[in-house]
Amino acid sequence: MFKTYSRVNRIAGNVIVVSAPGAAYGELAHVSTDAGFSLANVIRIDGDQAYLQVFRGSSGISTEARVRFLGRELTVSCSENVIGRVFDGTGRPRDGGPALEEALVPVGGPPVNPVKRVIPSRMIRTGIPMIDMFNSLVESQKISVFTVAGEPSNELIARVALQAEVDAIILGGMGLRYQDYLFFRNAVEAQGALDRTVLFVHTAADPVVEALAVPDVALAVAERFALGGKRVLVLLSDMMNFCDALKEIAIIMEQIPSNRGYPGDLYSQLASRYEKAVDFEGAGSITILSVTTMPGNDLTHPVPDNTGYITEGQYYLYKGRIEPFGSLSRLKQFVNRKTREDHRPLMDAMVQLYAYYQDTLEKKAMGFRLSDWDRKLLRYGRFFEQKLMDLSVDLPLEGALDTGWDILSECFLPEETGLRSSLIQAHWRGDAREAITA
Amino acid sequence: MKTRGAVVGVNGNVITVRFEGPIMQNEVAHVLLERGRLKAEVVRVQGDRADLQVFEDTKGLRQSDPVEFTGELLSVQLGPGLLGQVYDGLQNPLKAISDVHGFFLPRGTAFPALDPERKWEFTPMLNAGDRVRAGSPVGFVSEGVFRHSIFVPFDFSGRGRVLKTSPSGLYTLNQPVCTVENGEGHSQEVALGFRWPIKRPVTCYREKLPVRTPLLTRIRLIDTLFPVARGGTFAIPGPFGAGKTVLQQITSRNALIDIVIIAACGERAGEVVETIREFPKLKDPFTGRFLMERTIIICNTSSMPVAAREASVYTAVTLGEYYRQMGLHVLLLADSTSRWAQAMRERSSRMEEIPGEEAFPAYLESVIAAFYERAGEVRLAQGGTGSLTIGGSVSPAGGSFDEPVTQATLKVVGAFHGLSRDRSEARKYPAIDPLESWTRYPGFIDLSFREAVLRVLRHGHEIEQMMKVVGEEGTPLEDYVIFLKAELLDRVYLQQNAFDAVDAATSEERQRHVFCLLHMILGSVFVFADKDEARQCFDRLRLLFLDYNGAEWQSLEFQEMETRIVERVLEAVQPSDSDMAESFREILRDHDVESSFHRSRFALTGTSVAASGPREEMHVQDLQQGQPDRG
Repeated sequence: MFKTYSRVNRIAGNVIVVSAPGAAYGELAHVSTDAGFSLANVIRIDGDQAYLQVFRGSSGISTEARVRFLGRELTVSCSENVIGRVFDGTGRPRDGGPALEEALVPVGGPPVNPVKRVIPSRMIRTGIPMIDMFNSLVESQKISVFTVAGEPSNELIARVALQAEVDAIILGGMGLRYQDYLFFRNAVEAQGALDRTVLFVHTAADPVVEALAVPDVALAVAERFALGGKRVLVLLSDMMNFCDALKEIAIIMEQIPSNRGYPGDLYSQLASRYEKAVDFEGAGSITILSVTTMPGNDLTHPVPDNTGYITEGQYYLYKGRIEPFGSLSRLKQFVNRKTREDHRPLMDAMVQLYAYYQDTLEKKAMGFRLSDWDRKLLRYGRFFEQKLMDLSVDLPLEGALDTGWDILSECFLPEETGLRSSLIQAHWRGDAREAITA
Repeated sequence: MKTRGAVVGVNGNVITVRFEGPIMQNEVAHVLLERGRLKAEVVRVQGDRADLQVFEDTKGLRQSDPVEFTGELLSVQLGPGLLGQVYDGLQNPLKAISDVHGFFLPRGTAFPALDPERKWEFTPMLNAGDRVRAGSPVGFVSEGVFRHSIFVPFDFSGRGRVLKTSPSGLYTLNQPVCTVENGEGHSQEVALGFRWPIKRPVTCYREKLPVRTPLLTRIRLIDTLFPVARGGTFAIPGPFGAGKTVLQQITSRNALIDIVIIAACGERAGEVVETIREFPKLKDPFTGRFLMERTIIICNTSSMPVAAREASVYTAVTLGEYYRQMGLHVLLLADSTSRWAQAMRERSSRMEEIPGEEAFPAYLESVIAAFYERAGEVRLAQGGTGSLTIGGSVSPAGGSFDEPVTQATLKVVGAFHGLSRDRSEARKYPAIDPLESWTRYPGFIDLSFREAVLRVLRHGHEIEQMMKVVGEEGTPLEDYVIFLKAELLDRVYLQQNAFDAVDAATSEERQRHVFCLLHMILGSVFVFADKDEARQCFDRLRLLFLDYNGAEWQSLEFQEMETRIVERVLEAVQPSDSDMAESFREILRDHDVESSFHRSRFALTGTSVAASGPREEMHVQDLQQGQPDRG
């Protein structure tokens, strides 16, 4: 029933062109290589010529390679049996376990109808003050960790995942260093979380094209789980590698690059993945936390730039801390009003003061004489960094808010904070009334 | 006989079709699959081959799949029942789809945009023999609070007359209510609804008028400093996270306008969800009706088919023109036009056109200009005016306003509200940068006052920059006070607390009033012993103002806070500045004597800020005298 062709007309990069009348756009095929078979899928049809991107790479493909079209798109098993397993980028086992053939679902399904979406309302507590207090993570959010090479980004997302109260964790690793893969696996095992985790891992040693399928496969499983009522957290690391794989294919296909070699549809490609984050009314939800390593810490690089427009915020991880500037959770206002009445104003005031602190640091670096106000700010900044920003701090939200008031009361007069008097009266340590009228 | 063809190539959402028979540029065609039909549009013809952009996922298409051309341009359904709807870019009603298909949008689904069964109470306005032309209202139905005109279709040619009209009564969308005949004797039936091609502007009005009347958004920074006018255009460019969408959402809620059309074009679905879910529950404070009853949402979010993004903005603008034709004032908010431009770029790249800057097609600028030119206030043939205002957000790549889409947009719009990342990171809302933004429209605050205030801001900014170089100690006290004044203005007037029920939306009256008070403060000469004292004074003023902004307009608390502000200012103001001090004292006396603020002299002064007259001169002088340190 499957059609097989054996006339390869062109091999360039990881794309081959086969004479195959009747091939369908997006269809999956098996291509024979000198080392067995590779999956490939159709990315363009021109007359009877089909262009296929070969997931294992084109090395070892002969001009007479057998190309067998499977009559279906890429699918992945979404049964409960995937839990606790490790797969490669196209969904084949990489843990030595059996291949799963049940409950196969095509990847990259249709988009969610916007009228069926609901306003996000549940905060995911992580115990990290820079997240919980300053940029709360919200169920069904898509958010990325923007970082530079060498930062503990994988450690951060693993910590969030393991502390978060979710029913399933799905890791999509793209171009992961083998060590990072081991780290994830060990972290999950050490926390006894294997019974709610699925890993789709593409390592840096695997063929580049295979990274392209990882988000789709991971999100297809997540979607099925969420429809079944599970609250799923999807970790995608590192989306930069995914985008670089897209770039590679686009250039082989002679597409006109738009910006730094990336294809013009980079935004749409990223959006179709990130938009899978959703809260199904009456069922489960998908939350996406990804890592985007910015080359040269350049926020205007096309990948972080497009990601920033698509995601609902980003955590800017730099020098081992989540910076309040550059970090943003666009959904926090949906949950912050339900936490504590002082949450939002306190957060705003503290960030604004921290901005002044940074100005003062600049001033200090330039050797200017510091005023009393500057000295207060310097003290404040130090406290803030030690007691709230440090990644080792593990505090529930309420604890973090109290710490915030402690710091403010320690460093400033009430009116210097810019907070409304009613809040100051309720939370100021010491006699606020006296301090105001003084 | 419809023209038919067959697929010969697939490249993403662009397919190549070999066809036999006549076809038209931008004609709609369908790819016929076993399950469903995929809508597509002709975008290029070469010999017997045509390139079509498909408005759906093209997965599974193969060579020889049949294609059927419709002979019709991409069109929308016009008629009563559009208000309150949530459509996709091709005007499929998303709620109806969800009723049938649940959570997802399966491909190849098409639903009628308006319910063909629903009956409307039609009242005729014309009699047999009356003269008509395209766009003449023949009668009306009631759609919520609006009188929804039923028009002679916009493609009716020349002048004509009514042959017969149906009596008042209940009619469905496609039932004829009137028969008209044109000069050549062709008769045509007029129904409640008709179709119109989205890329063709509706021009059935008498003339386009100069754009003058301010459109109140109740955002102080916009209304006071960079106003938008009815029938005008404005652009909101900003890097990601700077608050474009929040600003648009709040505008869609608070703007004083009849109808709001929101085109969510290629952005996150989450951004429209709030609107979709909350507008049916929120009431418009002016009409007392639910906001959804005056809103249409066109929703082609980022994971929905890319090709339909372009259609979504044209669908939105066509619906806007349709309601303008009824003499209504319509505001179209498009978020974001960059996504539409990117969709053009994707298509252009697949068609292998020679690219322009940053791979955008060469026709980018002309397409954007033509889109914004569809805005305007018009005088209608039947009398009265209607307006369509277009506000587009732009998402510049890398946050730089030098990129092609921002530049092409700035060339054609009348107001520019540039968002800055610095301001948004400092938690300033709205994050519109007052030093970069501009407008060509008159507002309710006289231009000279606007400029005077902007001068203070600019001067304050210069001093701030200077302070970074020479340090605070190297800055003269007078300069430092100007810096503090600029900061005060920014913190308590230009910024608003979007989460505070009162502060989120400021009425025109209140804006005039508070602006005047601040204007007086900015114009006063303060005397301080040193910078610490100055900072403390302004810190306290700021605190007072924040409470003041949160107090209901003209409430007791409002007046109390105002009294305390004025007292605080009087303590610090130079005794020799006796005129100014006297004006402030007068406010206090008025507060003492009577609570009605309207009768106070201050309120009168407040009004005179907006009116033109000799008093203005004096105020500008006050303001300038207040800054002896400048120049």
